[in-house]
Amino acid sequence: MSDITITIIDREGVAHEVKAPTDMNMNLMEVVRSYELAPEGTIGVCGGMAMCASCQCYVLTEHELPEMSYDEDLMLAEAFYVKDTSRLGCQLHMQPEMEGLKVELAPES
Amino acid sequence: MIKTDILIIGAGPTGLFAVFEAGLLKLKCHLIDALPQPGGQCSEIYPKKPIYDIPAFPEILAGDLVNNLMKQIEPFQPGFTLGERAQTIEKQEDGSFIVTTNKGTKHHAPVVAIAGGLGSFEPRKPPIANIKNFEDHGVEYIIRDPEVYRGKDVVIAGGGDSALDWSIFLTDIASSVTLVHRRNEFRGALDSVDKVQELKNLGKIEMITPGEVVDIVGESKVEGVSIKRGAEVSNKACDHFIPLFGLAPKLGPIADWGLEIEKNAIKVDNTLDYQTNIPGIYAIGDVNTYPGKLKLILCGFHEATLMCQSAYQRIFPEKRYVMKYTTVGGVEGFDGSKKEAPKAVVKAIK
Repeated sequence: MSDITITIIDREGVAHEVKAPTDMNMNLMEVVRSYELAPEGTIGVCGGMAMCASCQCYVLTEHELPEMSYDEDLMLAEAFYVKDTSRLGCQLHMQPEMEGLKVELAPES
Repeated sequence: MIKTDILIIGAGPTGLFAVFEAGLLKLKCHLIDALPQPGGQCSEIYPKKPIYDIPAFPEILAGDLVNNLMKQIEPFQPGFTLGERAQTIEKQEDGSFIVTTNKGTKHHAPVVAIAGGLGSFEPRKPPIANIKNFEDHGVEYIIRDPEVYRGKDVVIAGGGDSALDWSIFLTDIASSVTLVHRRNEFRGALDSVDKVQELKNLGKIEMITPGEVVDIVGESKVEGVSIKRGAEVSNKACDHFIPLFGLAPKLGPIADWGLEIEKNAIKVDNTLDYQTNIPGIYAIGDVNTYPGKLKLILCGFHEATLMCQSAYQRIFPEKRYVMKYTTVGGVEGFDGSKKEAPKAVVKAIK
């Protein structure tokens, strides 16, 4: 078992320090849903296929994250409130290297 | 007024399969969906994506699943009201319901089954501060009548299929078409991208990429848009601005029907029949919530099946019925078709 601790700032600006397993192929969007940090129906709308951008978040730490896929890149090109630090939560699978990661959920759109 | 036995709101996989289960009980169904085609998310968002957890299908494309369901329910001749959103519901004295869509189409049924998934699909609106002031005054999120754009200057924003396809289509109608996207790359079908490239080369489409519409210019109607390219912002005159950023589901008017809502879903009192707090209104598939709920197509199929059994009892309280296996009873369509297991061939040994 290798849990990591990450910080998720919800859409109200409240920071939540949560534990996330790295052995369940969970992604950040699923971690947010499992802790109910965003209302159902407002996150992970497409189920995690990088096709809706409802799980967009801003990465606040300098972690080296998995490279952005073509799908994620083009979905972000159509998303709103995009910043240089934007990623889709559904494409960030929890890995031991993400220990201490801090992200902020982008506004609902 | 459209009359049916079970009025199903939402024509996704769960709603479609409910038609089959209802048909076995000789109940007729009519479906309402805000999208112009059946299939819900499977058709709208991910028709080309494979699904791996449909029992007995090791792999099936979402679009094919919908096609198969449509084939499966064909004998039961379901009615469809597509491209309209269920807006209001009125309970009648006899306990039946009248559901009216946003376009005024009325439907009457003793049972309503809401299979609305995450809600009805609404256009995603870009966060441009003054955009609301121009809605229906030059800003349209959906193209209803392309003739509106004849001889006009049109700016389209977006990077997916609808932005590309409409840009192509409107070149023959509009005076000018400008496509604005934040990237040079597009997410749409490759042949659409090629076609836009061709039209750009011919000077029929002006491409502004990478660019982003950040403001709308005009008094009472759209007179132009401000487009940001890098650090520069410049104005472009136009009559219409059409942002095409896809659709997102919203629970919408159903949330005001007096149903218990929890976590953006309709709470069902029990998992025996998925009836809501209003007797006669059921909620099945992704739209409902109950302890242990899983938003899976296969769970939606199960819920649809139980709902139909309960609906039958509600419509015919005096009748006794036990569930029949299709292998035993076959499938008798409302169209006169009949499918049944072939009879055994008996051959004696002499």
